[in-house]
Amino acid sequence: MGFLRKINFISYFLLTIGSILMFLPFLLMIALAFSPYEKSLTYPPILIPSDVTINNFKEVMTSNNFFRYFFNSLVVSLFTTFGQIITCSMAAYAFARLEFKFKNHIFLLFLSTMMIPTQVNLVPLFSMMHKLGWINTYFALIIPGLFSAFGIFLMRQYYITLPKELEESAKIDGCNQWKIFWKIFFPLSLPSIVTLSIFSFITSWNSFLWPLLVINSDYLKTLPVALASFKSSFREVINWSLIMAGTLISVIPSLLIFIFGQKYFISGITTGSVKD
Amino acid sequence: MKKVINNDTFWAFIFIFPSLLGILIFNFIPTLSSFYISFTKWNLLGNPQFVGFKNYISLFSDPLFYKVLYQTFIFVFCTVFIEVILSIFIAVLLNSLIIGKTFFRTIYFLPVITSMIAGSILWNWIFDPAYGFLNYFLSFIGIEKISWLADENWALFSIILVSIWKNIGYSTVLIVAGLQTIPNECIEASKIDGASKYQTFFKIVLPLLSPTIFMVTIVSFINSFQTFDSVYILTSGGPKNSTNIMVYWLYKNAFEYYNMGKASAIAYVLFFIILLFTLIQWNIRKKWVFYEK
Repeated sequence: MGFLRKINFISYFLLTIGSILMFLPFLLMIALAFSPYEKSLTYPPILIPSDVTINNFKEVMTSNNFFRYFFNSLVVSLFTTFGQIITCSMAAYAFARLEFKFKNHIFLLFLSTMMIPTQVNLVPLFSMMHKLGWINTYFALIIPGLFSAFGIFLMRQYYITLPKELEESAKIDGCNQWKIFWKIFFPLSLPSIVTLSIFSFITSWNSFLWPLLVINSDYLKTLPVALASFKSSFREVINWSLIMAGTLISVIPSLLIFIFGQKYFISGITTGSVKD
Repeated sequence: MKKVINNDTFWAFIFIFPSLLGILIFNFIPTLSSFYISFTKWNLLGNPQFVGFKNYISLFSDPLFYKVLYQTFIFVFCTVFIEVILSIFIAVLLNSLIIGKTFFRTIYFLPVITSMIAGSILWNWIFDPAYGFLNYFLSFIGIEKISWLADENWALFSIILVSIWKNIGYSTVLIVAGLQTIPNECIEASKIDGASKYQTFFKIVLPLLSPTIFMVTIVSFINSFQTFDSVYILTSGGPKNSTNIMVYWLYKNAFEYYNMGKASAIAYVLFFIILLFTLIQWNIRKKWVFYEK
């Protein structure tokens, strides 16, 4: 018993040190975001702000289109999430519960797109957006993201576990597949929908390269693109306090979603990898 | 009419149609056309001109290509190796906890859900040569100030550090899930047989965990090869191309030099490397994965 306690003490000790290292960048961000600009130019660097101020937040929100960036990120992430819930759950239902020709072939085709690094598609997709006149529009930010092979896979894993009696009794009651899906299966898959929503929201909220390519106008920038351009536009004299305030705001939504939906997120990550 | 409505094929088509259309247009067709573009000369305006293998030939005779390739490999191997070893360690520690498991897991997982842009900005500050925390911390052990991002010898290392910080929580969660699938009886039995903690770990736990470790390694490999955001924010590929890795180079060629053919050729080389790695790992899996369902 004494041995066990010792082991556990060592575990706590090591994990605490690790946690401090992992959390340190966030701590420095918080400290700087709440400190006046002059404090960012002090040495040693501050870990705990001595004169707390919210001026950085005020300034970052008023000095540029920050609300607009936040709004853009929110619109894009919400539409993407909503779209993926619809398209993925519908397709997943078909793959899990219906029998049709080429079912496995199409499923394999979908899965195979997951193996291809997204960067391979960048040039043709960009030129497609260019030809459609979608550069600098919400369409370019949202539409290509409405579909997800991963989402289909995730939802399918859930639909195949539901009992066969569900659709049998519904069929006897005269429901067609459309009704069976929307009235029975879709509501039942709420846990998976939550998992998928968290995934697609956070992925979309954090995505950078694609918005960077298709958006030039300041008014349509998403938060990550805006933050990146803050950093480079202030390159002469970087106002770190201001940047940290903006970064802190940008991190909050995905943080909240993760903290409240942690269980679903972790289950989504491990689906099909460990449990299978 | 009734017959049609009851037909699974009809409904399957309706259900699959949106995804099929979307995935064909935004994934499948771009992948194929990217392959075609890699055999053309194209600056995005006008029509692509077919040039055969010219892009690939110029790629393979470009010294920068080998530099980028070498750096990508160094970056990927260091990141994945350190990340996997550390995450096994953290996962085993986490798994031994009775209380506070979720708390610690949340802390380790925070960087995973933070955008790489935000994360890179935070690290940019930490790496600051004059005011940054890293140099301050190292000053205690007598190490002089290092320009992490501006020094050719340290820049790639800095990017690796950020990647490990960002992804370690992800690997850890997967490995914890893997640890939980190991039947307790195996561990108990080895204890009864008088195995020490270390023997139990190396002879029982690690072999049983090998399928998970294998999977985590592949996932991290594939993710690391695609690193872009941190390079964009922290170093822009510099100094002297010392952090120029494949996806960043691809981006440069496509969207700064407007050399779409060369960019697509780079994309396909990247694709091929990732595919090759996945296949190699699948094949050697039999040698180091001891236990599989």
